[in-house]
Amino acid sequence: MLFEVRIHGRGGQGVVTAAELLSVAAFHEGRCAQAFPTFGSERTGAPVVAFCRIGDREIRAREPIAEPDALIVQDPTLLHQVDLFAGLKPDGYLLINSVRTLRELGLEGLAARFRPERMLTVPATDIARETLGRPLPNAALLGSFAAATGVVSLAAVAAAIRGRFPPDVAEGNVAAAERAHDHVRRPVAELSRA
Amino acid sequence: MRSQIEGSQAVARAVALCRPEVICAYPISPQTHIVEALSDLVRTGELAPCEYLNVESEFAALSAAMGASATGARTYTATASQGLLYMAEALYNASGLGLPIVMTVANRAIGAPINIWNDHSDSMSQRDSGWIQLYAESNQEAVDLHLQAFRLAEELSLPVMVCMDGFVLTHAVEPVTLPSQEQVDRFLPRFEPRQVLDPADPVTIGAMVGPEAFTEVKYLMHATQMQALDLVPEIANEFTQAFGRSSGGLVQAYRSSDADTIVVALGSVLGTIEDVVDELREQGVKIGALGLKCFRPYPADEVRAALGHAGKVVVLEKAFAVGIGGIVSQNVRLSLGGLPTRVYDVVAGLGGRAITKRSLHGLLADVLEDRLEPGRLTFVDLDSDLVARELERTRASRHSGPRAENVIRDIATVGSRPY
Repeated sequence: MLFEVRIHGRGGQGVVTAAELLSVAAFHEGRCAQAFPTFGSERTGAPVVAFCRIGDREIRAREPIAEPDALIVQDPTLLHQVDLFAGLKPDGYLLINSVRTLRELGLEGLAARFRPERMLTVPATDIARETLGRPLPNAALLGSFAAATGVVSLAAVAAAIRGRFPPDVAEGNVAAAERAHDHVRRPVAELSRA
Repeated sequence: MRSQIEGSQAVARAVALCRPEVICAYPISPQTHIVEALSDLVRTGELAPCEYLNVESEFAALSAAMGASATGARTYTATASQGLLYMAEALYNASGLGLPIVMTVANRAIGAPINIWNDHSDSMSQRDSGWIQLYAESNQEAVDLHLQAFRLAEELSLPVMVCMDGFVLTHAVEPVTLPSQEQVDRFLPRFEPRQVLDPADPVTIGAMVGPEAFTEVKYLMHATQMQALDLVPEIANEFTQAFGRSSGGLVQAYRSSDADTIVVALGSVLGTIEDVVDELREQGVKIGALGLKCFRPYPADEVRAALGHAGKVVVLEKAFAVGIGGIVSQNVRLSLGGLPTRVYDVVAGLGGRAITKRSLHGLLADVLEDRLEPGRLTFVDLDSDLVARELERTRASRHSGPRAENVIRDIATVGSRPY
């Protein structure tokens, strides 16, 4: 098994941290994992891409992920700036941080090329504002990633968050991950039954 | 303990386990996380006794490191790119004086054009500075090489650069096993300096030497560095016995003993190359890889022994010498003197351009099917159209303007591709 994730966002949104936390979560579950960033340039607001590979065997390749199994978009304003969906596999997952639906984002046509139940939007910034008090969407998106893909568990994501941040910050982020997990879990369960 | 950790953090902890007494550094991307983490370990007292000197430049960093090392302190620094160039004068002094400083080079391109991303042009530019150069394939190897580097440096009384790919390794989070303090203490004895500045027993270090003995001192410098060809594998073997895993050495062969075609490379690209070798082996292609783990001193005999049976050798390097071509490939050719081996000079991964499996498959298909000319410099994934358009602008107008600006205006982006 090799599962490859690409995360898009902007400098300052915790894109690199998200990839790192995901790799730590997978590591906690006995998997091999590798996370690495590419920086446009090191400044707040610049487009940042981070990658995470999760597998059962040692990961040697260092190339960027051109054909991801999952795409996490932390900042929907990038939709018009970067070719975000490049290479996403036909059965891949898409998680966009937005309060809007894919239709409202004008992505209905794109979503139709993929499996609809795997194309999701999550109000991650709003969730983070409520649970953490800061608009940092990464933990929430990881919670929703766990719910959508099952590649890592919510418990492993929470453990990774708790290992990374001091207790008060960690608990706010864990709460965000849990809320986003529930947000995704319900519609996915409904669609799977449909 | 095995943990999922960023390469820079892992290296900082490994360096701390070596009990350096003085660390002098000036921050520069992508090395910054390493020295930041070390300064934190000194501040919290976790690394003690150790003096951390935040100096005003890389030239000062290495100059201060030389002073510290000359007093008998185990000394460490780190740099990258332009920072290494700014150290250049001091680099030759550190090696000429025989001061066993260990330095991490977080490999990054050299400008102009300014570029923060990874290639090997920085450390390759200083390959003849008299420092021993080791290249890490993974973050585990980067950790392990720092332990070995202090042993090597102090036994030979020579400085050692541990080169690790900037961002690709320094900023990658992957599983790394960090040894315990007891294990490291057993492997790395206390520093017994060959020369020491001691007020109780005064000496000078750094005498002026005239034509009557300069050649001899330089000869001895060369002879001492060449001793590393014996010592590097000895220390690597001891390391394997002490830590139960193999790391470092002079060269490392991968599925190459029966290979007709062998890819030679340094650093983190070896992992991607090994995956490609496996994929081609599945198709029945007799191909392998050779990692150069130690580039200075250059292990000419080991390279010849590892490559001599192959018909084709592809040297893939992340730097080149403007005006002639491959750097590593020139060294490899020297090893293969008198043999009919065809050597291909290939440049890839400059300024952070990703070396993908797809590009490597394309390159190797060209080699296997004789579409590539041996000896001719090849640039992987070169955008020939972009080059042609700039050449056309140059032809069209005497006042075509600054080249880098023209080219980025042409492609309308700086570092914001989707991957």
